[in-house]
Formats: sequence, C-alpha cells, structure tokens
Amino acid sequence: MMLNNRLLSTSQQLDIVLQRLCHQVIETNLHLENLAIVGLQPRGIYFANELVRCLKLLKPSAVFDYGKLDISFYRDDFKQNKGIIPDATHINFTIENKHVIVVDDVFYTGRTVRAALDALMDFGRPAFVQLLVLVNRKYHHHLPIKPDYTGIEVDTIVSQKVKVEWLNEGGAANQIWIYDEVKHNTTA
Amino acid sequence: MSINQISSAHLLGIQPLTLADIELILNQTAQFKEIINRPIKKVPTLRDLTIANLFYENSTRTRISFELAEKRLGADSINFSATSSSVSKGETLIDTVNNILYMKVDMIVMRHPSPGAHHFLAQHINVPIINAGDGTHEHPTQALLDAYSMIEKIGPLKGKKIAIIGDILHSRVAMSNIHCLKKLGADITLCGPPTLLPKHLSSLGVNVSYDLHETLAWCDVANVLRIQLERQNIKYFPSLREYSLVYGITKKHLDELQKQIVLLHPGPINRGVELSSDAADSHHSIILQQVENGVAVRMAVLYLLANRGN
Repeated sequence: MMLNNRLLSTSQQLDIVLQRLCHQVIETNLHLENLAIVGLQPRGIYFANELVRCLKLLKPSAVFDYGKLDISFYRDDFKQNKGIIPDATHINFTIENKHVIVVDDVFYTGRTVRAALDALMDFGRPAFVQLLVLVNRKYHHHLPIKPDYTGIEVDTIVSQKVKVEWLNEGGAANQIWIYDEVKHNTTA
Repeated sequence: MSINQISSAHLLGIQPLTLADIELILNQTAQFKEIINRPIKKVPTLRDLTIANLFYENSTRTRISFELAEKRLGADSINFSATSSSVSKGETLIDTVNNILYMKVDMIVMRHPSPGAHHFLAQHINVPIINAGDGTHEHPTQALLDAYSMIEKIGPLKGKKIAIIGDILHSRVAMSNIHCLKKLGADITLCGPPTLLPKHLSSLGVNVSYDLHETLAWCDVANVLRIQLERQNIKYFPSLREYSLVYGITKKHLDELQKQIVLLHPGPINRGVELSSDAADSHHSIILQQVENGVAVRMAVLYLLANRGN
C-alpha cells in the first residue's frame, strides 16, 4: 500500500529530464553510430522505450541497436529471494565493440547494474559500457558503480520506495513518486 | 492464475502438479531457450549447487539433457549409474542416496525402474527430487518438453486434438503426457493394439482407438511411442513386422492426410517399426526440436525447484 506519497516529478518535468538525457547521450555519441541501448527488465524497459523514442525524434536518421536484458540469472541474492521469475531477454545483435548504454529507471544499491554487467559480457566484449538512470537514490550504493547520465538525484531513506509510472504502461501519467511503505499489523 | 513459485518441493510426476505449476514451467522455458542459443550458453545462477544424476536405468537423451541443463545453469553435477556402483553389491536406494547427500549434494535427479521410487525417496530425504523416469509410471520432464514443443508449433493446446500412438501399456511418457495434456485442456486419443492399451485408461477421460488411419485423420498432433521390448516379458503382438504394418507410421500415411500434422517421438526411435525413416525425417516431424526444448524445460524445472528450496 502506498502511503505518504510525494510527487518527485510531474509529467512536464519528466519530459524535460528525458530531453536533457537524450541530448547528453548525443553529445557523447554524436551520430549515435555503433550505439546499443540496453534496457533492464522489468521496469527499466519502460524508461528505455521512452528514451529510444525521444532519441529517434531528435536524430531521425540515426541507426542504433536497442535490446532488453533480464538479469535474474546473474543476481547475487538468488539464495535470499524466493520466486524471482525471469523476464525475456532480447538482444538480437552483437555487442562486440559497441558503445553500450545500460538504461534503468531507478539506481539504488548498484547490485542490479553489477549483474547487468556480468550478463552483458556473455553477449560479447563491448568497446565501453555507460550507465544511464532516471533516478539516482544517493547514499545507498553498495558497490563502486556510478551512473554516467543521471536524470534526477534524490536523497531517500531505506524504508522509502521510488516508483516511476508511465502512461503507456498503465500509470495515471508519466510521473515519479516517493512513498513510505508501511506494513499493517494484521494480527487481532 | 499466475504464480511465481512452483507449488511442490519435488517434481515427482505431472499428476501432482497444478495447471498453474505447468503453465509456470512452460512460460519460463522460453527464457531458458534464449540462454542456450546465446554465444555463451551459460549463466551462473546455480553456481553454488551440486546436483546428482542417479540413473538406475539406461538413458542417453534424458541424462545428457539434464547434465547440460545443470551445466548451463552453472551447477556442478555428478553422475551415477547403477551398473558401475555399489548397487550391484546390494546397497539399498536410501543408503546410496543418503551417502551421496552427506557429500553435500543439493538436488537429486533420478531414473529408476520401480514405479513410485521417487515418492518413496521423497518421504526420507529433504532435498528436491526430480523424476527422470520411474518404471512405467511417469516421465514428467518428457511430458513438459512435449507440451512445450507442441505449443511452440501450434499454439495453446486447449481443444487441440492430440493422438498418442504405440505402446501405451509400458510407457511412462504416455502416462505423463496424458496428465499434462488433459490439464492443458487438449482432447486425447490413445491408439495402438488392444493388448498395449489398458482398459482402465479410458477412466482418465481419453478416447481409445485401434485404427491408426482414423486416428491420424482426426489429430492435429501425433506423439508416437517406442515399442518397449525390454519391458515386455510376454508377446503382446505376433511380430515386430506385423506391428509395423498395422501401427507403423510411414510417409505415405502422412501424405494421404492432405493436412499438416505435428509428429513427435520421445526417442530412441525404432526406425522401421513405429516410424519409418522418411516419416521421422519429414517436415511434419519436430523430433529434434523436442531434444533442444528438453534442455530448456529441464533448466526451467531445476531453476524453479532451486528457487523454491531456498
């Protein structure tokens, strides 16, 4: 149950952030040549879809690869988590010598990205890998991994959750929420 | 209803599984099939597990398939065959398994000639057990890979007409297929000589036919079974030649159908007995796709049981 919601970003603000991130990607990969965008399942894909759509609007003639990566098989918490159900991976291109940008919606401990790096290397040896995230939850990183492109940086506490909603994926609008997850005591 | 965890701690057969369990395994298989078609066909998910493959009966496909599935998921595997072990010195099943488990083995894959051996073992040990065939009872992973291969070819099986043809009496594949396909909503006809079609099977809600031509004309999918001579201690039909003349499927049968059917066989094929070579190698056949899907289905089963057992 979502309680104490705080709207971190409205649809309009999110669109500006998206545009900025796209321009930053173009700034470092001018013609988007040799570029491969890899979205992380499950929710990173929604953001990656928006990013790819925006990049194609800004650079209509650019040709680049877009893949979806599931990292379930590379997680370091397989022993602790019950019921991790893998999603589909679609990488129908070689990443050998590609400029890969890994895309996720919320960057928290860095463990998902660590697993993603392991997973990516099973598809070849990229020229380099960068990380693009929409929300960076500062001060909670467990590993020495930092995003190269950040949409919004936010200070949160562990009990809080960050959720990105997308209109195209059943959300009320494109918006980002921070909320406290309160567990109800169900014993009488 | 979609679930994210298999309801049973073991895979003892298809009969104890719910429809949701079967759908979970089949839905997950695509993810594992994608892995075995990658340039690097291996993930580290089960890297801290050791799995023992105990084969008290001969096997080629199932054993290699399980071993590959384990290796593709990063698990360590050890292999045991009854003929070259202390079983020949009189060691009991429980003693053998307990000794292996004390070497810190995390999961057991077993084929055994006695129906129910896995159920018995499950009452005495507390690691997940996967049935790789128990006598004439069940062969659950074969049924799952058959169902997956059929769905891959013709879509959801609800209402589809599926024939199981051949030696039903001695076939654990038939029994597991019947349970699996019934749960998935298919119409099933069993076809074979009356001596190899036990009467009680009609109580499982399947049709029975003794006419191969009629059955082939009816079905969308034909799953052809091997004549298991090794389990037959009396004569169930006059000769193999007569069996193949009456119940052997040839390319001519398939050409006469004037429709596309899907032909499966769990292997090993007795070419020229239940299937002629030109039928087995025809465009109707998905026998080799079954073998590929077998590794992916077994990876899904291993993953889901390991995931549950944590």
